[in-house]
Amino acid sequence: MSVHGALPEVKPWKGLRRLKERGVTGRWTVILPPLLWLVVFFLIPLAVVFGISLSTKQFGRPPYSSLLSFGENGTVQLTLHLSNYLKLFQDNLYIAAYLNSIKIAAISTAFALLIGYPMAYFIARSSDRWRNILLMLVILPFWTSFLLRVYALTGFMRGNGVINNFLGLFGIQPIVMLQTDFAVYVGIVYSYLPFMILPLYTTLVKLDGALLEASADLGARPFRTFLSITLPLSMPGIIAGSMLVFIPAIGEFVIPSLLGGPGTLMIGRVLWDEFFANTNWPRAAAVAIAMLVVVVVPIMLMQRAQNAVVEKK
Amino acid sequence: MRRGWLLPTIAVLGFAFLYGPIVSLVVFSFNESRLVTVWSRFSLKWYGELFADPQMLGAAWLALQIAATSASIALVLGTLCAVALVRFRRFRGRTALAGMVSAPLVMPDVITGLSLLLLFVAMEGLIGWPSGRGATTITIAHTTFCMAYITVVVQSRLADLDLSLEEAAMDLGATPARVFFDITLPIIAPALISGWLLGFTLSLDDLVIASFVSGPGSSTLPMVIFSKIRLGVSPDVNALATIIIGIVSLGVLGATILQMTRPKTNKA
Repeated sequence: MSVHGALPEVKPWKGLRRLKERGVTGRWTVILPPLLWLVVFFLIPLAVVFGISLSTKQFGRPPYSSLLSFGENGTVQLTLHLSNYLKLFQDNLYIAAYLNSIKIAAISTAFALLIGYPMAYFIARSSDRWRNILLMLVILPFWTSFLLRVYALTGFMRGNGVINNFLGLFGIQPIVMLQTDFAVYVGIVYSYLPFMILPLYTTLVKLDGALLEASADLGARPFRTFLSITLPLSMPGIIAGSMLVFIPAIGEFVIPSLLGGPGTLMIGRVLWDEFFANTNWPRAAAVAIAMLVVVVVPIMLMQRAQNAVVEKK
Repeated sequence: MRRGWLLPTIAVLGFAFLYGPIVSLVVFSFNESRLVTVWSRFSLKWYGELFADPQMLGAAWLALQIAATSASIALVLGTLCAVALVRFRRFRGRTALAGMVSAPLVMPDVITGLSLLLLFVAMEGLIGWPSGRGATTITIAHTTFCMAYITVVVQSRLADLDLSLEEAAMDLGATPARVFFDITLPIIAPALISGWLLGFTLSLDDLVIASFVSGPGSSTLPMVIFSKIRLGVSPDVNALATIIIGIVSLGVLGATILQMTRPKTNKA
């Protein structure tokens, strides 16, 4: 951290003054702290993960082999193991987990959109007073604990839970819902619904009512008006909301492990087990790098392209 | 309106879906029976059990301390980052800074947790710090992702700030630092408060990252809750959840009422 900001009386060093004349120092006292923090605690960790993904598991502390080994005559030997990455392709578990994560995230996002869109539309069309109250009701769950909400859902869906007790009143046999893929879908929709509703609401509330009236005056049925006016105009909200559900869903660990069954393969869970259950750090690192390349980087590029389009407009 | 009933029905069902599980959680926290889904009679015994559990209380206290610390550090770093990105149009490393600060928003928690753990282990081997893992390493990890969220919040507030005020101060001879502390900071204060609260909540709620970077004896509240509910039902978790939901609801309700009753200023 720079000290010169706190000591204005001291005559600045010549080079510093020159930098100051160009308006550089003041700026860099602002830029450097966050930049350094991110380099040390974001960028370097990713490099470390990549490095360790090229080593192998061994017993000891730390539980992975060193990439560099120093020989007796001052030689340095670099050993890179590609076995972790090869394993990702050889063992069906990993590819299945990647594909299944994408499938589960996509289906849940679609359901969240189907439920969230009418809710957002309803809120956008209500009176000012109700709108604030309803919006508060959407935001409130977000501020409470995510983990506790997933826990609440397990109580709701378990064998002798609220839903089955309710169905029992009508003489319906208990349905097994927990530990199924269905429970995972419900869990994701339940947890991330507010993230779907809020961006949808923001675009829908700005929708010009005159356009809808004009369409109706020209004889379009409500459904037609919805398809050709409301839906296209709310596209930015649909995209933003879907991304906000899809992105966290794909790497989800808590929901599949509390609601899903042993067969609910998701990549976040595979990474977790590789690390905690098998203590295979290099394999976990390879899973992380593959996830980064297959999932995170495309998402970041897509967002970037989308931002560029928005800024152009 | 022939189809007028459809939207309200879906909306009501949607809100019932959002709140049903929470309501049942709260109701059954006052249940005497150990079965969290079969009602026997009203009792506060799970609250008593909760407050007699030193492990839970210790974990809660640790989580609160970590959340407050990391939200505060992240507030400073995030605000600096937002100022740099909004006010300094061009500088070397701008793209890198913008990319790195927004990346944690799309990064799965498991990757963030794993990468920081591996960093801490490697650092310990190289320079001996941090020795072991615990509250410090969790705080560092939480600061990093809280910073990303706070930057977004402050950035959007800064972007629609009226520049003429700052320019006027500058014309009157104030230094950039003076302008920032006297003009900019008071105006963006609401964004700073909501950013801090967001960071605090996110840190308090984090299970995955904390599990990777914590050490023996430093389990945060979500970690204790997770291991409890993995073993099966535990009504004292219901009691804890009820307390948290109560506090949060009061806070959000208060903020909403304040917002609704306050006369509208030029900028909300």
